[in-house]
Amino acid sequence: MPSSVLWAVDLFGRVFTLSTAGQHWEPCRDAQLEFKRVSAARDCCWGIACDHQVYVLVGASDVPIRCQEEAYENQRWNPVGGFCEVLLPSDRWPCSDVSGLQHRPLDGVALPSPHWEWESDWYVDENFGGEPTEKGGWTYAIDFPATYTRDKKWNSCVRRRRWIRYRRYKSQDTWAKIPSEDDPQQLPDPFSDLSVGGWEVTDEPVGRLSVWAVTLQGKVWYRENVSHHNPEGSSWSLVDTPGEAVQISCGPHDLLWVTLWEGQALVREGINRNNPKGSSWSTVEPPTSENGILHVSTGVCVVWAVTKDRKVWFRRGVNSHNPCGTSWIEMFGEMMMVNVGLNDQVWGIGCVDRALYFRQGVTQSELSGKTWKAIVAGREGDRSLSGSSISLLSAGCFFGNEVRGGAESCGPGDTDASWEVPGPASSPARLRGKESKKGPSHATATFPEATDLSSLTLLQLGLEEPESTDCHALWAWVSGGGCAVEAHTTLKWFTTQSGLSPSTQTLLLPITPAQTAAWRRQIFQQLTERTKRELENFQHYEQAVEQSVWVKTGALQWWCDWKPHKWVDVHVALEQLTGNDAAQDSILFIYYVVHEEKKYIHVFLNEVTALVPVFNEAKHSFALYTPERTRQRWPVRLAATTEQDMSDWLTLLNLSCCESRRLHGRPSPQAIWSVTCKGDIFVSEPGPDLEAPERRLPCDQMFWRQIGGHLRVVEASSRGVVWGIGYDHTAWVYTGGYGGGCFQGLANSTSNVFTQWDVKCVHIYENQRWNPVTGYTSRGLPTDRYMWSDATGLQECTKASTKPPSLQWTWVSDWFVDFSVPGGTDPEGWQYASDFPASYHKYKTMKDFVRRRCWARASAGCTWAPTSPLPPSPSAPATRCGPWRGTAPPSTAAPCPPPGPTATAGTTSRLLPNRG
Amino acid sequence: MTDDKDVLRDVWFGRIPTCFTLYQDEITEREAEPYYLLLPRVSYLTLVTDKVKKHFQKVMRQEDISEIWFEYEGTPLKWHYPIGLLFDLLASSSALPWNITVHFKSFPEKDLLHCPSKDVIEAHFMSCVKEADALKHKSQVINEMQKKDHKQLWMGLQNDRFDQFWAINRKLMEYPAEENGFRYIPFRIYQTTTERPFIQKLFRPVSTDGQLHTLGDLLKEVCPSAVAPEEMWFTWVMPKSDVLMIYLSYC
Repeated sequence: MPSSVLWAVDLFGRVFTLSTAGQHWEPCRDAQLEFKRVSAARDCCWGIACDHQVYVLVGASDVPIRCQEEAYENQRWNPVGGFCEVLLPSDRWPCSDVSGLQHRPLDGVALPSPHWEWESDWYVDENFGGEPTEKGGWTYAIDFPATYTRDKKWNSCVRRRRWIRYRRYKSQDTWAKIPSEDDPQQLPDPFSDLSVGGWEVTDEPVGRLSVWAVTLQGKVWYRENVSHHNPEGSSWSLVDTPGEAVQISCGPHDLLWVTLWEGQALVREGINRNNPKGSSWSTVEPPTSENGILHVSTGVCVVWAVTKDRKVWFRRGVNSHNPCGTSWIEMFGEMMMVNVGLNDQVWGIGCVDRALYFRQGVTQSELSGKTWKAIVAGREGDRSLSGSSISLLSAGCFFGNEVRGGAESCGPGDTDASWEVPGPASSPARLRGKESKKGPSHATATFPEATDLSSLTLLQLGLEEPESTDCHALWAWVSGGGCAVEAHTTLKWFTTQSGLSPSTQTLLLPITPAQTAAWRRQIFQQLTERTKRELENFQHYEQAVEQSVWVKTGALQWWCDWKPHKWVDVHVALEQLTGNDAAQDSILFIYYVVHEEKKYIHVFLNEVTALVPVFNEAKHSFALYTPERTRQRWPVRLAATTEQDMSDWLTLLNLSCCESRRLHGRPSPQAIWSVTCKGDIFVSEPGPDLEAPERRLPCDQMFWRQIGGHLRVVEASSRGVVWGIGYDHTAWVYTGGYGGGCFQGLANSTSNVFTQWDVKCVHIYENQRWNPVTGYTSRGLPTDRYMWSDATGLQECTKASTKPPSLQWTWVSDWFVDFSVPGGTDPEGWQYASDFPASYHKYKTMKDFVRRRCWARASAGCTWAPTSPLPPSPSAPATRCGPWRGTAPPSTAAPCPPPGPTATAGTTSRLLPNRG
Repeated sequence: MTDDKDVLRDVWFGRIPTCFTLYQDEITEREAEPYYLLLPRVSYLTLVTDKVKKHFQKVMRQEDISEIWFEYEGTPLKWHYPIGLLFDLLASSSALPWNITVHFKSFPEKDLLHCPSKDVIEAHFMSCVKEADALKHKSQVINEMQKKDHKQLWMGLQNDRFDQFWAINRKLMEYPAEENGFRYIPFRIYQTTTERPFIQKLFRPVSTDGQLHTLGDLLKEVCPSAVAPEEMWFTWVMPKSDVLMIYLSYC
């Protein structure tokens, strides 16, 4: 059997092919373009490139693709000149198509696209009906249109001859752009998905293909007249859909499924050889109502789907007569996408590791296959991967009677290196049709976070460079439409080639995140089962070890918010109690002495709504808010003698608050994010009943926990993507960690915490008033504002007294005059006005009695005391630790001078390997 | 696996429901009721049975009481084995709760070590931790720790305080990023079928040709005579035998 190729696109948009006979990914020969989508047929591959244009790559073949163009030259006899081009007014064009209705001058016949070239010039066809004509190739008739003969007769008043020219498709083996329509009204908006198929619907014309595409606006388009001799097709025509389409898949035969934005699937009915576009749509509901369909892929008589929770589903009972099928079956594994190729073979891209998986054991009798098997073929130029590939045991064999039958379909190559994870229960138990059970099966429901960060973190801690792009391709798209894998083909995709030196192999650890996730899931599940088995009926038993009260005590200062209204020394104790339900509750006691009388106040930490570091005085202090104290505008304020001490307390209190509210890990996608005016980031989890107006949580009862890092603006999406912008205009993306900053001492803060750098300018204003004797001086009227103030003039801000935004910030420049204030300044930076406060302008006029100018000083942020200096590296300009990762280099347009090398750079704590 | 708190918590908070019954030949002043407890799997019998001792001593005369010891179906229970190990080894196939017989007489000198005080348990526990760290880090980590860290580790175990324990134990579970794992993986294989108390060998997480070892590799090397790996029980988790050693070493 000749080899065929699998097409795939990696995360960088590079297109690769993998031959069924090969062991390496080969880059597409025409690598000029980056692609989003590819959809392959045997001889060609269609794709959407990064420019949203559609391209087709036609494979080179020995026989060129040629097309004949023809035109007819028509003449009429007249008594003066004999046959000539002078026709009657009612006649056809002198040069026309065969029907005579279209004017077709020889020099007016153009190539359909730049991808064609003429083979030769026009020449006269001297054959007529299979027999040679006289020189000149004329055929004669009484009149147009009539029967033409080779011979000139007495009554032959008209004659015509055929001109022929061949054009040849020249863009073979390169990506040929499908030309845009001339009429912009007709033009589809940018394409977002595309699928080719339908080559088995009819053989006429040769190589006919159905090319379907979906545009960004959710419209479905069909490419007319795509065939071997017209590989580009002729035009796009719109096919109406009852909803907004997002993705489309066309099988080799008459199956066409479309994913709708709302999560249902549309199935095209009525596709047949006479009507390859089909006639009507019917709707298929997703497997579960809460998770709509994200992706479908169709084969000859199978449909696979991926839902929004990345679960893989197999559609049962699909065939030509019933293109909708009967029910969904959940399959093992979590995938970004799946693709059905020839012979209904299936490929998928793993959700966690972005690796390519091949569904093994797909046969005609068992279309759902057996296992997902990772394709570990190396790419040219890559170091190849060593070691084992994995198979995840499938949902069992739904269509076969035996669970392990058909082992011959596994090539010998997979016997040594693969391993299989048993399903959590007996395998067939996980296999449920939709009708038998609603919702996801129990086993998967227990582990919503199979792609959990912690398992990835393990990998990062354990193995350096878990998957650099050098050694592990990350895939974005796969198409098997041109890849013929027979059930008994032996593929060499699953093992790596031998001949690697052992030292190379040592560097390349074969653990993929998917594996670790699978192990973790398995171990965790076994533990859960064990706990259930051993504890479920014995909950009433006494615990052997009683939970004791755990206390942290210390000396702090407390702002006595009644007389004498000053900082007083207090003893503080935090008592943590673990209740029987393992929930932690903590009480903070503050013991103070008034008039030699010992007193205390206490705060239940499960009532605390926010813990905010306060830096505006020369104290390491923080404020503790409860709903009641928020209403009173009077938080509990505590101060420590050292910054370390304060940070310890803040960490502990933060932790206890989260513990008592059972908040762990990263915030949910629904979380509300905010930044304080100091740039600290806080996040609040809305209750499950956020939408219910009658039970809406009053805002003073919302609990805000701090997330490490420092931002000026933060923006979150409902899918859990959080971006922010620092004061120095750097964009940051939230990595999902929850450490750094106030959580530096927290054991879990090591995951996904990176150093974060920020620069912020502090502005103060110098104000002056004019007097007739000395001109502008810093002597104001008694009613005037401070001569050195903030922008409002209400607060005194001198150069000496103004501090960086917080103790974690340090000055990185001296004071300088800021000329970039709105409204402009004079050369010395002054702005003039008639009085304070008024509108300022840049020129002094007669009426101006006051002036001001803005001074700025840059400060750089850093969350905790640097333990060793670390020069900010250009790739990650960072000193501040938080779960944020920079996404762009710092803007050169930043209004502050860049921090010099004197800027102190924080380090991560000792336990934290610096990954900045 | 230091960050995989779910697994760690489940391991830590594993409990075995146990029914303590006084041995029939013990002399009591009145009927001794059985005593029910949830025993932590990761702890030691004599560390967590103060309540049991008190309960039975109430019905006994002072002169009839000597050192307490436990027995299950005729087998004296070694207090220096973790409770979970004892259970999995001896009683995992029997119905719950685990029925343990309590003795105050005729201490089986040849089977058990004496446990006069909690200090003995602490010494034993710390020596196990040190031995493991010798294999993992040439004892570097444990030696760098302060006395109070050692104490916290022990207090964490004694008081069943997960956070307190793991705050220190985390350091013992780390290894340099440039290495593939611990120097050697500390493990012991306990079998009821053999005379040897346990099998212990030096075993690296990565083979000489750079492959990561699996638990199956370890079993093949260490006890080739063992029955099919699937039928073996492991103390705290029973992973599939193909699970890579490096992963297991975290749990």
